[in-house]
Amino acid sequence: MAESTNAVKARNDRYNKFVETVTPKTNMVKAMFHSFVVGGITCMIGQGIGDIVKAIAPSMSADMVSNITSMVLVTVAILLTGLGVFDVIARQGGAGSFLPITGFANAMASASMEFKTEGLIFGTSVKLFSVVGPVVVNGIVWSSVAGLLNLWIMGM
Amino acid sequence: MAVWQQIGTYAIVFAVGGALCAIAELLIVRTKLTPARILVIFLIVGIILEGVGVYDYIFKVCQAGISVPIVGFGAALAKGSIETAKAVGFVGAFAGGLIRTAYGVGVAIVMSYIVTLLFSARAK
Repeated sequence: MAESTNAVKARNDRYNKFVETVTPKTNMVKAMFHSFVVGGITCMIGQGIGDIVKAIAPSMSADMVSNITSMVLVTVAILLTGLGVFDVIARQGGAGSFLPITGFANAMASASMEFKTEGLIFGTSVKLFSVVGPVVVNGIVWSSVAGLLNLWIMGM
Repeated sequence: MAVWQQIGTYAIVFAVGGALCAIAELLIVRTKLTPARILVIFLIVGIILEGVGVYDYIFKVCQAGISVPIVGFGAALAKGSIETAKAVGFVGAFAGGLIRTAYGVGVAIVMSYIVTLLFSARAK
């Protein structure tokens, strides 16, 4: 009896060791480094677009420069999503690819492309916000609260 | 001199933007939070930073490092809401956020539609 339990235990140990060698290691430091690099480069591209816009039109207001910067970033991200390039970046970048505004654009474009098969109205148009919906809804709700609170506090 | 200042700005942008993304990655690996929840958390952080009025000081130093991540989207929403509320009264608080972010969101919707018409989703 004791022998057989020992044999079972030994077999389980061997099996666990085997599983450990086969399981892909989720290397946290490596994943964080990849996110850092991809996210950092995305932000530097954004800064670069802003600087170029400022150089082309020096009289433009700072708000308009940031508007145009985000429009360019969003357009490029959606075109890259359509061409299938963004998925390649996202596989390596992790959080670095979805936290910037480019990830927001990618989520919209990929959701709308995925549901194209269900038609343009009931597929694309319905599912366009299926991924970024939480961001838009929470953003509008809490920014409205912030606006009302600020007005109320200033009024006192 | 100006060139060195420019390089310094880009280094800060890279470091801050990268650090925010690394924190988000850490949250994914260490906690069971889904990407959507993490996006909402960072968005609300941006709204709070703008709401208490410290975002502008951070932006002056970090530039695109803080405005390109979703934190900047939240801050833009809150800034629009606060400014419009001050300009036209409390009803402005509901419209301001959308007005300020309409450029980015509008182009995202239109471009997504066009790209969907042009390309089909490929197998992953």
